[in-house]
Amino acid sequence: MTLLETPPRPSTPPRPPISHSSAGGWRRAKNTIASLLIVGSLVAAMIPLVLIIGYVIVRGIDAISWAFLTEDIPILTRAEGPGMGPAVVGTLLITGAATVMAVPLGVLGGIYLNEYSARSTFGRVVSFFAEVMTGVPSIVMGLFIYSIWVLRFGVSGFAGALALACLMLPVVIRTTEEMLKLVAPELRESAYALGGRKAGTILRVVLPAAAPGIISGALLAVARAAGETAPLLFTVLTVNKTNTDLFNGPNTTLSLQIFRNAQQVFTGPQDRAWGAALTLIAIVFVFTLLSRGLSAVFARKHRV
Amino acid sequence: MDHHDVTPTNVAPVNDGVEEQPETAREVVFEIRDASVRYGSNLAVDDVSFDVGAREITAIIGPSGCGKSTFLRCLNRMNDFIPSAKVEGRINYHGENLYDSRVDAAEVRRRIGMVFQKPNPFPKSIFDNVAYGLRINRFKGDLSELVEQALTRAALWDEVKDKLKKSAYALSGGQQQRLCIARTLAVQPDVVLMDEPCSALDPIATSRIEDLMVELKRDFTIVIVTHNMQQAARVSDMTAFFTTDVAEDSSRVGRLVEFDRTQTIFTSPSDQRTEGYITGRFG
Repeated sequence: MTLLETPPRPSTPPRPPISHSSAGGWRRAKNTIASLLIVGSLVAAMIPLVLIIGYVIVRGIDAISWAFLTEDIPILTRAEGPGMGPAVVGTLLITGAATVMAVPLGVLGGIYLNEYSARSTFGRVVSFFAEVMTGVPSIVMGLFIYSIWVLRFGVSGFAGALALACLMLPVVIRTTEEMLKLVAPELRESAYALGGRKAGTILRVVLPAAAPGIISGALLAVARAAGETAPLLFTVLTVNKTNTDLFNGPNTTLSLQIFRNAQQVFTGPQDRAWGAALTLIAIVFVFTLLSRGLSAVFARKHRV
Repeated sequence: MDHHDVTPTNVAPVNDGVEEQPETAREVVFEIRDASVRYGSNLAVDDVSFDVGAREITAIIGPSGCGKSTFLRCLNRMNDFIPSAKVEGRINYHGENLYDSRVDAAEVRRRIGMVFQKPNPFPKSIFDNVAYGLRINRFKGDLSELVEQALTRAALWDEVKDKLKKSAYALSGGQQQRLCIARTLAVQPDVVLMDEPCSALDPIATSRIEDLMVELKRDFTIVIVTHNMQQAARVSDMTAFFTTDVAEDSSRVGRLVEFDRTQTIFTSPSDQRTEGYITGRFG
């Protein structure tokens, strides 16, 4: 073929207008059906969410007052009116103590599992059992603390905090481990390439990068612990007066008060149970907001 | 072929037209003798020997999977982090065995810095990125002055001086890579290893980094792994050509084919495989 000869152009078919989709009706219909299904599932999932929050607000809002949040619980269970003060204090104290115990330990444990023993059999076994532990029923934790602590030292807020800490620990360990796994290996490498050592690199580069995720995970554990009732039933018991001593004597929490008051046939305790439920939701909500703020501050400082 | 005898001095004078420069007494930074890298029982790089001269740019080229990067990471002990990796043979750094048990690997990496393929700044501010190495190595002196020096050396200062507190991620890819170079230079290394530093950058950013490398050559020894043969030809003084040999059990082993002056490698290579690769016939 000489250079001058050009091959004949194949005749092109007429170009259809773009308003005519080659996709065909059935593909478009499938797309629409899928979209509708997804939106439908979202709506279905929202129903219990909205109903629960809405119903708790409707039933609980009337009970809420300053007196409700601060005054002692009526000694006569069937009495009408406030308060829930001891339970508010107890919830904050017991959940706080559990958080102080479980979060630092869990984060350090997660660091160890991911950074120091990721490839060892020991690390894998511990990680596996931490995972299993996240599924252990909370009442089992309570039973455990009851037998090793309460039988010797008696009931106290601290015993409840121990049970809650046992519940939180595996969750915090596992989320920390997973979040650290997500940190790009390039970040570690570049820190090491500058002459960094292991501990310093973890502290200054890896942890800040994983912090937003770790904070979210820890908060999830805190929120779950704040609402736990079962492990507190036989470790904390219940009181009507505020007990600020974490280590001595029975205490009470909002979840315990909901459990106790909601079973009553009288409207007084039932109203107090609804009020306690709303208070608990509000406390968890505030903590969620706080942790989100904390995560955002971290994310802004170390924008990824 | 007995390749570890190929040193610049015993290459056959095949280069016509190119003046054979007398070999001046080179200050040798790395003396690499029969170096091999294994991952478990798998041989990745076999029997590499050559010298890296001070204040020279040494390019390592070769097809994908020939162990260029693996080999480069031996030079600052980055392979230590891969538990199965084992380096055999001898790599001397200024006469000291890099793999001696008394050697502090973190100090090695402080002196032999590394710039990676993808720009990988820390999720911190521009200032903190450069200051990081200074802080962890407890540098004395005015931190902001040292940071400015490093950024100036990396030809980035003018572009970032007004936004040092901004996140490093706000910079473009090319700027991020220069930031990574600044971060490396800040700890005052002796050698800078670069692992395909321009492969994620556009031609303009690439050319800036190449200019920078030539600039840095006055004070630093640079070893660069590159896929881009034009880049090796443009910036490097010496070139090592690696290739992949497929063994009987179909495992792939990286080998050094030829090491010579870059000009010689690109005009009159002594090995057919080198010629085939640089002319684009294979690889």
